Amino acid sequence: MNKIIQEIKKSVLSALWLMILTFPIMVIKVNSYEGVVLWRWKNLMWIGIGTFFLSWLWRFLLDRKENGPGESKPDADRDGKFSLRKALGERKVKIPTLAVLAILVLAFPFMVKFYQVGIMTSALMFVILGLGLNIVIGYGGLLHLGYAAFYAMGAYTYGLMYLYWGLPFWAALPLGAVSGAVFGIVIGVPVLRLRGDYLAIVTLAFGEISRLLLENMSGFTKGPEGIAQIPRPGFFVKLSLQGATTYLFYICIVLVLFAIFVIRRLEDSRIGRALEAMKEDDIAAQSMGIDLAKTKLITFALGAVWAGMVGVVLAAKTTYINPGSFTLMESVMILVAVVLGGTGSIPGVILGAFLVTLIPEYFRALADYRMLMFGVALVVMSIFRPQGIIPRVRKRYLVGEDKS
Amino acid sequence: MSRTILDINDFSMVFGGLRAVDHVDMHIDEGEIVALIGPNGAGKTTLFNCVTGVYTPSEGNITVAGPNSEIIRTNGKKPNKITELGLARTFQNIRLFSSMTALENVMIGRHPKLKAGIFGAIFRDKKTRDEEERVIVDSLKILKKLNLAKYANEPASSLPYGAQRRLEIARAMATEPKLLLLDEPAAGMNPQETKELDDTIKRIRDEEGLTILLIEHDMSLVMSLSERIYVLDYGKLIAEGSPDVVKADPAVIKAYLGE
Amino acid sequence: MKYFLQLVLAGLTKGSIYALIALGYTMVYGIIKLINFAHGEIYMIGAFTALIVGGALQITTGLSPLTILAISLAAAIFFSSGYGVTMEKIAYKPLRNAPRLTALISAIGMSLILQNYVLLAQTSDFLPFRSMIPNFPFLTPGKSLVTTTQLVILITTVVVMVILTLLIKFTRTGKAMRATSQDKVMAQLVGIDINKVITFTFAVGSATAAIGGVLIANHTGQINFYIGFLAGIKAFVAAVLGGIGSIPGAVLGSLVLGMTESFGAGYISSAYEDVFAFIILILILIFKPSGLLGRNEIEKV
Repeated sequence: MNKIIQEIKKSVLSALWLMILTFPIMVIKVNSYEGVVLWRWKNLMWIGIGTFFLSWLWRFLLDRKENGPGESKPDADRDGKFSLRKALGERKVKIPTLAVLAILVLAFPFMVKFYQVGIMTSALMFVILGLGLNIVIGYGGLLHLGYAAFYAMGAYTYGLMYLYWGLPFWAALPLGAVSGAVFGIVIGVPVLRLRGDYLAIVTLAFGEISRLLLENMSGFTKGPEGIAQIPRPGFFVKLSLQGATTYLFYICIVLVLFAIFVIRRLEDSRIGRALEAMKEDDIAAQSMGIDLAKTKLITFALGAVWAGMVGVVLAAKTTYINPGSFTLMESVMILVAVVLGGTGSIPGVILGAFLVTLIPEYFRALADYRMLMFGVALVVMSIFRPQGIIPRVRKRYLVGEDKS
Repeated sequence: MSRTILDINDFSMVFGGLRAVDHVDMHIDEGEIVALIGPNGAGKTTLFNCVTGVYTPSEGNITVAGPNSEIIRTNGKKPNKITELGLARTFQNIRLFSSMTALENVMIGRHPKLKAGIFGAIFRDKKTRDEEERVIVDSLKILKKLNLAKYANEPASSLPYGAQRRLEIARAMATEPKLLLLDEPAAGMNPQETKELDDTIKRIRDEEGLTILLIEHDMSLVMSLSERIYVLDYGKLIAEGSPDVVKADPAVIKAYLGE
Repeated sequence: MKYFLQLVLAGLTKGSIYALIALGYTMVYGIIKLINFAHGEIYMIGAFTALIVGGALQITTGLSPLTILAISLAAAIFFSSGYGVTMEKIAYKPLRNAPRLTALISAIGMSLILQNYVLLAQTSDFLPFRSMIPNFPFLTPGKSLVTTTQLVILITTVVVMVILTLLIKFTRTGKAMRATSQDKVMAQLVGIDINKVITFTFAVGSATAAIGGVLIANHTGQINFYIGFLAGIKAFVAAVLGGIGSIPGAVLGSLVLGMTESFGAGYISSAYEDVFAFIILILILIFKPSGLLGRNEIEKV
């Protein structure tokens, strides 16, 4: 009983404090043209009530994180508890599930309205971006805040090469991948010595410089007004808008599958192990003969390849690109997808990318609160679940007793 | 006459005015077990870090014997390059990859001996598949050599302390070094474990034809293992020679016991 | 020659504002080794608070401009410090023992939250900020080299720096701050309350940022929810340039950055004004990561 009174007291104090703190910005609104002051007292009430309950929840969660029930381990399901992960791992379940999923995906463009296909294509593009950034952050342990620059590189590769040489989509796609990778290395070389937070800020700087260059080199890049009328891909013949959108949807599906395939193979290889070692302890890794410079550059290049390709797809999908599509916010949104879903986890990142793109799309009322929610997601995930919604399960190299 | 495998010539390391290592000359010959001793802060680990490329020496020359007995200067080379030249080390404050299993730690050590690149990883050709199978087998063999096979599937961080120290040695040995540098391999071990370590080090030296340079504070281990000893104090070399010679050296006694 | 001097003054003014923000970065980094990504938003909130409080007072009361200026400045300092301290309690304190990148991600989240909070509660448009600083009679607008607000910014910055230096050098709390930034464990052992020191650091850093916010709003005459981002990043650049963790370094770095931008924009191209800061950041981190006045740190192996 005493404890509850204590908790109520804490919550009331938190609520009062936030009511004071948010008072000017939440309550007062000055219209200096008309000389009117708007007092929005209702907001104050909501802040008070909201903080009262949320701070209670917050303390409860913090307390549970520190002393509460130990985290249930992913392999703690021996005691008969149902585990989705384990169930999906079994062949009997896995194959039919994948088959149903495949049919649903293939039939999707014919089951829904046309604009839904466009939305889903955007979501899939985001999945690929997330998977790419995840190579850099999740496997390499390198926080990259300028990822949108690689994305821009791909989009402008198609845009500019079409503009000057009339290059078609299918030629631009591999070139976008290559230019993304090359740009990844170009940006990577000067930052090789940097670690952790400094690396994050410098990559942010590179991202912003790239965007400012695109904006200011108007003669070459068309500046802020951008490049318009980039053709959508054709399938032997020129496709209708609807046809091209559906076509791009399938292209994205193929790219997603391709990305998953490549990433899983990389993870389970000599390079994947080198990345893991570098992420855990770079000095020890280097002493084991791992070339850090080379490994970091490989990481940047492998991460940037995907952004380059998605950039080309973006240019083809929207037929118009300008530097405004590649701001820091774009990089941050991809980061949110990765952190929310689960750093290093392929299913996690896919889920994260869908959440980030589809929630604001289908809950229109929430669209304005989108960036606010992303901010909250970053803070809450960092504190309570840094491993993400679907944590990574690393491949283990296991040996039996009899093996020699 | 066995050849010199590591030669340190008039070497100094300066950190912002402080001479951590001061004009030191050392050499290690093939097949030797040499100890580097001295009071805390004498510059032993700094010397290790310079030899293995973590720091770049301020003055002097460090050379190692290359694969064809040519002499290669290593000043300023990256640690991974030095590892490729046949030097491998352990760390005083254990730096295992703690979320990886013992086996995986050793597999990381095999890195420089493997070839597969990005394309091998993606296409997984016959050569890569064979290599991947071999790396597990080879790593397990190394674990067995250090009596760690039973921990193969355990995360490194959950191993007993003594086993973690041995795993550091196993991981270093996976790079197939000519010269193994051990930074306080017995630190924190009980007498029983130290005794086992003594035997293990001698055994791997004989079986693998290794040369060993170790930093150690446990004098009984140093005296039992080493054929030659170098003594550092305040960055300066104050004595060298066989265990008996060093033990009787007045400068050494003074350094350890004070005035 | 006049153009040159004007550029110098503009550079000093910019540099002063950067310095007021950079102090918070450098002090926080010195103590908890976190790039407080949301620090720029604190500066933005300072400017907004002054605009709201000042605006409301102008409309509803007949107080003199100077009184309104004093009240709104005090409000900006109080509320910004409040936001700074609260932000630390919510988003950073639970992560004190977490990997540094996790804390940085939380800071990025906090920055998004504060930006969008102001955007949603107020507006996304640029708001006009009527300067509350009356013109000095001895300066003729358009004729004198220096404008009133420039002069006020320069003087205020110097005064703030002097006060801060005294605070850190001579007060108990200041000494505790220095001790904590050098060795957290040792500081705790000698009885320093780390939590108090961190709270105090956030409060002071936020207060100086708020002063910067109020001054810049008076100077440029308009603000919006996004002004904190670029100013924050640039102040961070200045802090790194000077040597992160060093207070004189933050001031020096800010002045160098302000001058570079001013001359770069004046003689090369104003379109690339923002690029200079980023290029400086990249160059300094590649060639002298410890900054102009920072100490070299050698990682222990």
